Amino acid sequence: MIIPFEQLQRLLLRVERPGRYVGGEVNAVRKPWDITPTRVCLAFPDVYDLGMSNLGLMVLYDILNRLDGVLAERTYAPWPDMAAALRGSGLPLYSLETYRPLAEFDIIGFSLPYETLYTNLLEMLDLAGLPLLSADRKSHHPLVIAGGHATFNPEPVADFVDAFVIGEGEEVIVEIVRAFERVRDQSREAQLLALAQVPGVYVPRFYDVTYHADGTVAEVTPNRPGLPFPIRRRIVTRLPPPPTRLLVPNIAITHDRGTVEIQRGCTRGCRFCHAGFVTRPLRERPLEEVLVAVDDILAATGYEEVALLSLSSADYSQIGPLVERLMERYGERRLSVSLPSLRLESFSVGLADAVSRGRRTGFTFAPEAGTERLRAVINKAIPAGQLLEVVGEVFRRGWRTVKLYFMIGLPGEEPEDVRAIADLVQAVRAEGRRAHGRQAQVNVTVSTFIPKPHTPFQWAALISPEEMRSRQRLLRESLRGGGVKLSWSDARLTQLEAALSRGDRRLGAAIHRAWTLGARFDSWDEQFDEEAWAAAIAPTIAFYAHRERAREERFPWDHINTGVHRSYLWQQWEMSRQGHAQPDCRTGCTGCGILAEFGAQQNEEWVCPAPSKEHG
Amino acid sequence: MSQRLRLLYAVDGPIRYASHLDQMRIWERAVRRAGLPLVYSAGFTPHPQIHVAAALPVGVAGRAEWLDLWLEQPVDPTVARAALSPQLPAGLTIRDAFPADPAEPALPAQVRAAEYHVSVETTEPVAEVRRRVESLLAAESLPRQRRGRSYDLRPLLQRLWVEGEGEGTVRLGMVLSAREGATGRPDEVLDALGLAGGFFQIERRALRLAAEGR
Repeated sequence: MIIPFEQLQRLLLRVERPGRYVGGEVNAVRKPWDITPTRVCLAFPDVYDLGMSNLGLMVLYDILNRLDGVLAERTYAPWPDMAAALRGSGLPLYSLETYRPLAEFDIIGFSLPYETLYTNLLEMLDLAGLPLLSADRKSHHPLVIAGGHATFNPEPVADFVDAFVIGEGEEVIVEIVRAFERVRDQSREAQLLALAQVPGVYVPRFYDVTYHADGTVAEVTPNRPGLPFPIRRRIVTRLPPPPTRLLVPNIAITHDRGTVEIQRGCTRGCRFCHAGFVTRPLRERPLEEVLVAVDDILAATGYEEVALLSLSSADYSQIGPLVERLMERYGERRLSVSLPSLRLESFSVGLADAVSRGRRTGFTFAPEAGTERLRAVINKAIPAGQLLEVVGEVFRRGWRTVKLYFMIGLPGEEPEDVRAIADLVQAVRAEGRRAHGRQAQVNVTVSTFIPKPHTPFQWAALISPEEMRSRQRLLRESLRGGGVKLSWSDARLTQLEAALSRGDRRLGAAIHRAWTLGARFDSWDEQFDEEAWAAAIAPTIAFYAHRERAREERFPWDHINTGVHRSYLWQQWEMSRQGHAQPDCRTGCTGCGILAEFGAQQNEEWVCPAPSKEHG
Repeated sequence: MSQRLRLLYAVDGPIRYASHLDQMRIWERAVRRAGLPLVYSAGFTPHPQIHVAAALPVGVAGRAEWLDLWLEQPVDPTVARAALSPQLPAGLTIRDAFPADPAEPALPAQVRAAEYHVSVETTEPVAEVRRRVESLLAAESLPRQRRGRSYDLRPLLQRLWVEGEGEGTVRLGMVLSAREGATGRPDEVLDALGLAGGFFQIERRALRLAAEGR
């Protein structure tokens, strides 16, 4: 069944930004439904404006639609007004390409980049008319799979998802689809057993969890013979060619531009950074391939801006020549190039200057902590002198606004570290005023540190809401006066994200309860339903969020092997507590485990030095 | 030597849910994909020289919309149309393309009025709708509020008629003033008729430009 456009139109004039719900984007792929046997719907559980900005979904869309006999369409989370309109008219959630109900697809693939999307996952399943619990779905229902950075701890949503993809999806998604094709007519149990054999796929129902009396995990054990244990992350040994026929939205979206991933992974080893630990090793895309991709993207999309995506732009070994060649080629043709994640160093300022072509919007840096001592603790070393010198250069080159990102609540943070943030911001403002007087502006975003699984800080505690508020207050009071704008993260939302990040399988019931009570779009301040979440999760917040873990505690995500060894993370945690930094691993292998796990597949695009004897 | 290329086009399907600004961006990107040499304004944020005659409200279809594209060099209109058409998203269709006199005033300054056709679901008998139409036309003023501002709808309403009826629907035609600062909205007329509660679809059939007279 296709939902007639006339029927949708009845809803569209009653909702905000109806262009979110009609598809029709340039480069959208509509394969013939009736002669394409395997049908996948890729689902992004946040609003269209954000989901359309997500490169991961676009990569999988491109790969699946290139396969014979397979089609991929898309859907995004309807904003509450549209969800109500759909329910009111008895229409199910549908795909944007052909307006098909989700229930008619074979596979629904959810992208879960962050934890605060979990209630939207439930909302979308419900709007699709599907049973929420994996255990209640039968073989005639679509398979619900999920991947993305949040799923390195899949347990909190293990009740709702049939199978998780752990790690990079480009190759495994094809293996999943082909495995499904062989068992499509079999029972759900047989379908899932076949999927569980695909390396990197985790089917939670085949793994039992037991708990100690104190609530911590006792054991995770496979309940069928021949299942992988632990489940090892999938990586691609070379970055596959980037998608270039990118979808061009008809309405304005959050990041309305083309994107090329220039490298994946990071060698810096900042200890708070989830992405830095779960995307190793660092792999670079060859310069020529990036240039060709930019050409193809501009021709296929008509975009006026391209973002060169990576965790640390200036670390791309060919970044200088890349920027130079792009400017040479497109400078006259009004292309803007954006370089996210620039480090606080003079070289980065030169890069930004080269791509700005005279435009001077804000310049963003993330020192993260206020003192050199604390920056050693988190392993993001920037000498204080260098910081001010670089910021001064930024102002002198014409930028009037500098944005700074800091965290409070880092492990080992003392009151003087918080005061140092204020001192630093004031020093930055002084630099700005020297160059631009009262026109200089410093925008400061202070988030609260959230310990993440698979990082050295997975043992750490989240600070209490009282501490969050008192440290925020301290900053507010020390940063009075003009020229500084301060924003910070909501304490309740921080607590929730922290609990979901390190939650176990029992948290599924709380997520379900919160959704039942009306929680949706939890990462949106104005949508965040404090009461629903308080009712669902309050008694367990201290256990999941605010508790420092002992060395030997078994974590709910320990059966997920990212390739970075737990012993290495513990060693980094110990070094952190002694205030010792760890040099960038390009200067010498630090033995994180990646080469031990994946080293056999290493090639020249990996930026890993030869392992020393000690770590081989 | 730059060229002012005028396009007559239709807007339908999903694209009508894109706002006016969105539609401007859609055209700009289509022109870039087509490889046509679009003129940009100077400065740090160059603006593409694409001038749409009249913004189309979100959700409204257009049968005969106008825009001007300024190109750096003259391009044969047939060639430009052939290059541009395949680059347009579904729902945008070029109906004609021809060079316009560069000395003419900008298109928005030439627009005088717009003709709309509206199909609206209602339980009112058509005779009652006719009676309301007549009383609206007979009124000397129609004071209304929109987004907190008061205005008079009557001088903006040039013509209004019942075009026909179907099962549970009435079809209306109307000509509304469409000058800068004096633009009538068809949904406001529906509301004044007491018909805005029912599902309706609006199509702009024609824009009347100054050169064509009233």
